[in-house]
Amino acid sequence: MILFDYARRNIRLHWFRSFLAVIGIVIGVVAISSMGVLGNSLVLSISDSLTTVGDTIVVYPQSGAGPMGGGGGGTTSFQITQRQVDQITRAVGTNLVIPVHTGADRVIMGKENQAVSLYGMDPADIPEILELEDGIFLRSTTGAMAGKRLAEEFDLNVGSTVVIGEDGERVRIVGILKERGIGFDINPDYALVVSDRWFESTYGEEGYNMVVVKVEDLEEIDAVKTAIEDALNRRTDVVTVLDTRAILQTILDAFNNISTFTTAIGGISLIVAGVSILNVMMMSVTERTREIGIIRSIGAKRREVMRIFLYEALVLGLIGAGIGGVLSFGGAFLAVSVMLQSTTYLFVPSSLVYILYGMLFGIGTSLLSGLYPAWRAANLNPIEALRHD
Amino acid sequence: MEKGVNPSGKSGGPLIRLADVTKVYPLPAGDVTAIDHLSLEVEHGDFVAVMGVSGSGKSTLLNLIGCLDVPTSGDLFLNGVNIRNLADDPLTELRRDTIGFVFQQFNLIPLLTAYENVEFPLILSQGRDGGPGPGEIANRCRAVLSSVGLDESLATHTPSELSGGQQQRVAIARALVNDPDILLCDEPTGNLDTRTGTTIMELLAEMNRAGKTIIMVTHDQRVAGYARRRIELVDGRLA
Ligand SMILES: Nc1ncnc2c1ncn2[C@@H]1O[C@H](COP(=O)(O)OP(=O)(O)O)[C@@H](O)[C@H]1O
Ligand SMILES: [Mg+2]
Repeated sequence: MILFDYARRNIRLHWFRSFLAVIGIVIGVVAISSMGVLGNSLVLSISDSLTTVGDTIVVYPQSGAGPMGGGGGGTTSFQITQRQVDQITRAVGTNLVIPVHTGADRVIMGKENQAVSLYGMDPADIPEILELEDGIFLRSTTGAMAGKRLAEEFDLNVGSTVVIGEDGERVRIVGILKERGIGFDINPDYALVVSDRWFESTYGEEGYNMVVVKVEDLEEIDAVKTAIEDALNRRTDVVTVLDTRAILQTILDAFNNISTFTTAIGGISLIVAGVSILNVMMMSVTERTREIGIIRSIGAKRREVMRIFLYEALVLGLIGAGIGGVLSFGGAFLAVSVMLQSTTYLFVPSSLVYILYGMLFGIGTSLLSGLYPAWRAANLNPIEALRHD
Repeated sequence: MEKGVNPSGKSGGPLIRLADVTKVYPLPAGDVTAIDHLSLEVEHGDFVAVMGVSGSGKSTLLNLIGCLDVPTSGDLFLNGVNIRNLADDPLTELRRDTIGFVFQQFNLIPLLTAYENVEFPLILSQGRDGGPGPGEIANRCRAVLSSVGLDESLATHTPSELSGGQQQRVAIARALVNDPDILLCDEPTGNLDTRTGTTIMELLAEMNRAGKTIIMVTHDQRVAGYARRRIELVDGRLA
């Protein structure tokens, strides 16, 4: 393909300015495809979680203490009272209701003194939502269970003693919980779980910070949610009722904001790249005016001249998209492992197709930018072009 | 009005006919009349030397005959076809298939090798009906390069690696490769020393003997001696 080769040689002749133009394409392709892959991996991993924890409804007091914000150790003025918990229990019928205190306090573990999240729950409820790794479940008011990650980091074992709070109450670890991953209700991996009684007496708290409802039949989730809302939010909204789906939606919304932003950056760098390719190509057309005259004189039609220059834009686009595509694997890998802590969903076709999209965008931008210079070249007057030097 | 190029190239009339052709270049400083009501006929197989001082319109005449430009007024017939009625694409095809250009500056494409420069016009006509296939392209390039006497080992060199005489041979090969009816040469020896110029002229004379119609611009009386016929331009008119 001599016309293609010809374009390629011209790029190689002016490799430095071509290289600069290509960088923009690379950045644009990487930004767009990494975001696409990340977004898709996120959606996939969330839909996977959906099936495992899709049976959970979480009730928060109407203070805005949403799923992402932890409770502030016993000082939250918005709480769910025992009376409201009873209302919820009546509203949800046979489904299990688990009221939870959340807080945080300084905890001395060995030589370390560290702020640690605390969950206060009825010992009878704990086996319902958490699993045991070692030791036993909490059976009395005193004692605590440690999350797996916390236990690993501070070397806690069954039988270890920790000191919780200012007054320094010594508490024995009776069990270690299985690692649970990011949950939509509670996240005990890096926390201590204590009994509700102990929590209430230590922090002088009556109300709960959240209520977890386990729904037996997934089909009922909307009905249960409505029942809770009808029971508690009769006059004013006193509680926020979230099912995991709604929580996922907030996460997705947050992601969409990030992704729009990053894709915009990708788009801007493609525009900048487009302008610089336009510039490089205009230079090329000007420098090669005489050459264009020669090509026309030996019988190249306008559209053939146009094709020669579009090939040049195409080669720039292909180089940019190629490099960008390769780097996109890196970019996507980084983004996915940082944001999702797992690359399970990176190497699936529905994710990888975004790298293809990114590359196509890059090539498209190049071709689009080459269009005007190519048109200019094609429409030069052959005689004027031949007289040019 | 005649339609279509006569495929035999042997219509009753002359190969080239200019009827009262005028070419005016509109310039901001005032119009320049490069060709002024000029009429001329050139028969098949002729070899015409166009002479005249610089600025007398010789190149303009060649460009008009070569369909690089169209007359401001008057008619130009190639093989009986009035080029005034042709759009840009058919004009370009005419250039590609019936005309070969040889320039004073050689005008080879710097990034392409000698072989590729010769191949280029064939590639351009590859798509057309009866156009050459890949095998034929290679054969014709090799044949035409040897007919202009270019050493085969030079075919892979780029123009900058060739001497002036070698470049002009490549340019003539490129002009001949599509087997055109007409060779238009604008001072083909102008950038060559006398000895090299002579070999190039002998090559052109040989092409003429082989049937090519040649129109050649030159200042040089000796070079003009190779032609069968001379015309002289003065201010765009025949002297
Ligand atoms: N493309 C052009 N634009 C404007 N003026 C031109 C152009 N080509 C030629 N001319 C003018 O037309 C006249 C004839 O030019 P040219 O045909 O090149 O003469 P020659 O080849 O005999 O030296 C000159 O005055 C020249 O300046
Ligand atoms: Mg001239």
